[in-house]
Amino acid sequence: MSIGTMLLQLGEGMLTTFSIFALTLIFSLPLGLAVAFGRMSKYKVVQAIMKVYISIMRGTPLMLQLLVVYFGPYYAFGMALSSEYRFIAVIIGFALNYAAYFAEIYRAGIESMPVGQYEAAHVLGYTRSQTFCKIILPQVIKRILPPVTNEVITLVKDTSLAFVIAVSEMFTVAKAIAAAERNILVLGIAGLFYYIFNFIVAFAMERIEKRLNYYR
Amino acid sequence: MAVLQINHLRKSFGSNLVLDDISMSVEKGEVVGILGPSGSGKSTLLRCATMLETMDSGDLIYSGEYVCKNDGNGKTVYADKAQLKKIRSMFGLVFQNFNLFPHYSVLKNIIDAPISVQKRSKEEAVEEARQLLKKMGLADKEDYYPYQLSGGQQQRVSIARALALNPQMLFFDEPTSALDPELTGDILKVIRDLAAEHMTMAIVTHEIDFARNVADKIIFMADGLIVEEGTPDRVIDNPRNERTRSFLAKMER
Ligand SMILES: Nc1ncnc2c1ncn2[C@@H]1O[C@H](COP(=O)(O)OP(=O)(O)OP(=O)(O)O)[C@@H](O)[C@H]1O
Ligand SMILES: [Mg+2]
Repeated sequence: MSIGTMLLQLGEGMLTTFSIFALTLIFSLPLGLAVAFGRMSKYKVVQAIMKVYISIMRGTPLMLQLLVVYFGPYYAFGMALSSEYRFIAVIIGFALNYAAYFAEIYRAGIESMPVGQYEAAHVLGYTRSQTFCKIILPQVIKRILPPVTNEVITLVKDTSLAFVIAVSEMFTVAKAIAAAERNILVLGIAGLFYYIFNFIVAFAMERIEKRLNYYR
Repeated sequence: MAVLQINHLRKSFGSNLVLDDISMSVEKGEVVGILGPSGSGKSTLLRCATMLETMDSGDLIYSGEYVCKNDGNGKTVYADKAQLKKIRSMFGLVFQNFNLFPHYSVLKNIIDAPISVQKRSKEEAVEEARQLLKKMGLADKEDYYPYQLSGGQQQRVSIARALALNPQMLFFDEPTSALDPELTGDILKVIRDLAAEHMTMAIVTHEIDFARNVADKIIFMADGLIVEEGTPDRVIDNPRNERTRSFLAKMER
């Protein structure tokens, strides 16, 4: 295999890795907020369901969850597994898992807000949704940025778990090439890719944090 | 007609009866000082009046408009949402610890509610906010953020924020208690100026001299009851009730 083909294959793997990363964030960040609301719901049943959901997502390996999402439909309903479903299953699995982690971060952030902020808004006549969107959420975002950054960096590395259902993301490709070509260097390139990816993520998050530093 | 009328207000937290049959009224332009020992229910009274707490029983009426009234079985029934929203704009509350919105500039803190709650135009809101800031001696601070201000300045911003909604009445819950002693004077002066303009106010305070000075009427509370009520001269200088006397004696020391 020429260096060119190798890089081309790695490049495709990177693209898949990046897609998993981006799609997971796009779905799990808002879903996490919904889960957090459910977790703080005044309805005990909703609260309990969300609590169980979060504890399962956090208490079992993501790898196992991916397998369940991928093979689940086949074993439960005898549905045929198309190859496109592999990628979809990865996104579903990741989004469900990360939503649980984000939900707990959101919840901690929301519950850390002083009650005086709600009371001031209430007396000023803000509606509940105005209070949340204008007063609470912006402050919560600032507070939770550090733990969210941690999760996002973990996600970059976790994308490699997609290999369990044979989605050829970066790491899967690198491993295959390394085995076929007896060339360990390609794993080094893969490592470098993850490192640079995370470097950019950390840089971007730091920029956002700085941007929010205009108040305390 | 009284700006604020409270009849037979009762409020418990669990089995703890915190307000026991409180009735009071505040007339237009009147300044009422509320005194009393810690735990006597002063804050709870203000929180019930400003709808931060619900009353267990009793009536709450602003300028003839009912927030809630007794249903005849000793339970109180609140008005519908639209009515409550309307009444909420009739009063403002100044908190002990300001509760400014830290992510908003001073100006935005003041104009945001007029714009997003009262749907007033931005130009109008900004103009009025600037006048209020000038009045508070903070004309040059509109672009500051709360953390950049002293406690006294923050409290003046929070007073401006409350005034920006043009309330008929203002409540203060120990507006100077969170401040360094040398900063309390600024706030007391602002409140005195408002009194001179005949702003209707109810002020919970531990500053006896200030209360004597600014209030038309003093309410003295103990154990969830109004034990004495009258002019400052009557209640502060010639207290009849034993509780009032011992409280004032302690404060003098
Ligand atoms: N949210 C609450 N839950 C339970 N009990 C409460 C609550 N708020 C107040 N209380 C109780 O109600 C009583 C009156 O409290 P309140 O804060 O109204 O007193 P206060 O007169 O304002 O006292 P202070 O001068 O210390 O501010 C106290 O016994 C207090 O413990
Ligand atoms: Mg109090």
